Amino acid sequence: MNIDPQNKRREDAPMPVLEAVKALGEGFATTLKHLFRRPITEEYPEEQRPLPARSRGRIVLTRDPDGEERCVACYLCSAVCPVSCISMQSAEREDGKRYARWFRINFSRCIYCGLCEEACPTCAIQLTPQFDHCKRDILDMVYEKEDLLVDHCGKNADYNFYRHAGILTRAHAKGAHPDEEAPVDVRTNLP
Amino acid sequence: MLTWLLGLLILMIKLGVVLGCLLFFAAYLVWIERKLLARLQVRIGPNRAGKFGLLQPIADAIKMLTKEDIVPQAADRMIFLLAPAIVAATALLMFAVVPFGPDIRVAGRPVAMVISDLHVGLLFVFALSSLAVYGVALGGWASNSKYSLLGGIRGAAQMISYELALGLSLVPIVMMSGSFSLVDIVNHQARYPFLLVQPVAFVIFLISAMAESKRIPFDLPEAENELGAGFHTEYSGMRFGMFFIGEYVHMQVLGALVAVFFLGGWRGPWLPPALWLMIKMLAVCLVLIWIRGTLPRLRYDQLMAIGWKVLLPAALINLWITGIVVAI
Ligand code: SF4
Ligand code: SF4
Repeated sequence: MNIDPQNKRREDAPMPVLEAVKALGEGFATTLKHLFRRPITEEYPEEQRPLPARSRGRIVLTRDPDGEERCVACYLCSAVCPVSCISMQSAEREDGKRYARWFRINFSRCIYCGLCEEACPTCAIQLTPQFDHCKRDILDMVYEKEDLLVDHCGKNADYNFYRHAGILTRAHAKGAHPDEEAPVDVRTNLP
Repeated sequence: MLTWLLGLLILMIKLGVVLGCLLFFAAYLVWIERKLLARLQVRIGPNRAGKFGLLQPIADAIKMLTKEDIVPQAADRMIFLLAPAIVAATALLMFAVVPFGPDIRVAGRPVAMVISDLHVGLLFVFALSSLAVYGVALGGWASNSKYSLLGGIRGAAQMISYELALGLSLVPIVMMSGSFSLVDIVNHQARYPFLLVQPVAFVIFLISAMAESKRIPFDLPEAENELGAGFHTEYSGMRFGMFFIGEYVHMQVLGALVAVFFLGGWRGPWLPPALWLMIKMLAVCLVLIWIRGTLPRLRYDQLMAIGWKVLLPAALINLWITGIVVAI
């Protein structure tokens, strides 16, 4: 026997008839009023609503402001991914810098949680607002590096990890790579 | 012999026209319902197939016909296949006694604008709506699934419960017009429609007829979320569609019956009688859709309570009062 706290009345007790008729009438009037409103439906494929930049859709691998691949194949995204849908193979370039030889995301498993983006130290892997990538064949949902790598920086357009951290390889010391500036001295950032 | 053949021919033509119109309207009633419901909820509704989605019924039909048609392995095949037909057929058959207008003369012969003017037309309608219970109960039973069986029983219980109130609400009409024939009932409303003198019977009839045809807010057999749907859980494709054709034809029957019993049937100024009947029918259907767009589905105990504790006593009291008034 539930007591409705607002009305101090047993919920299953019959309503006074007048009250009930009034409540019904209000309901019918409301729907009738709606009949004369313009529909607010968005017709999706034709009308696409711009989504917030941070909405979590299809994943891309972004590049540095210099046009270099950001990903250093550190496996952090792969490790953090709760459904293990990221796999890759790390490799080293001539100048000693690491990169992913191949990089694969199985979107049919991805749950778009965004943890990979959180984990990535270089802002390489990013989720984009594009949510409508569906395929007839489930194997087409497996994206290779060619499909993932884009030629822009995504969010954080001017962020360049190596300017801050420098590049330390077997071939060169930090700041000693050709065209490389010395890394930011973190102590100068202290107050 | 010749008259007999001619009679048969006329009957065939009438049957063809009525059946064709009914099925056509049933299809477009679905479209109207979807469109109107959408507008009541500030949506657009079907608009992909054809202009304003006008080809939607055809698209629906193609979809249903091409869907996989499953008969559960241990189902009672015969009855399983028969059940939707029973539901659709009983609804269609009710139109046999609905009069579309006064007699007309074709080539000097009087032709009744009703397929069959039965003297027991009203009883015929009740008999058929009781038969529809079999479609529901057997469909649920033959599916060989416990959900369906329970759904079928639930549906049958609901339909039987409301049948009583439905019947009793119309007895005053019979008392006032002194006839079971639908044609006579309409003729008796020459001066005023029965709605004016029997508003209570009208409300009771409308509510119980809604429950009888399983329309919202009494559509428990369709409550797929909270009750695991009902008697038609195991049905697919066009067989499932048959149940719904039955339901939409039933809705038209309901509109026609409300028009005949309470709104003066085919009577009305200027326009041809059949058109008047259709206008009234459509108006009732629109109101039903409006009700659907507004009210939430009832709980099962509420449904039973309204049927037995409200509608039935109200119908009895109404009957009693009418009896006294008529006797005086
Ligand atoms: S969004 Fe989540 S599930 Fe998808 S790849 Fe990244 S970590 Fe894995
Ligand atoms: S976490 Fe970032 S840098 Fe590391 S492998 Fe993944 S995408 Fe590349």
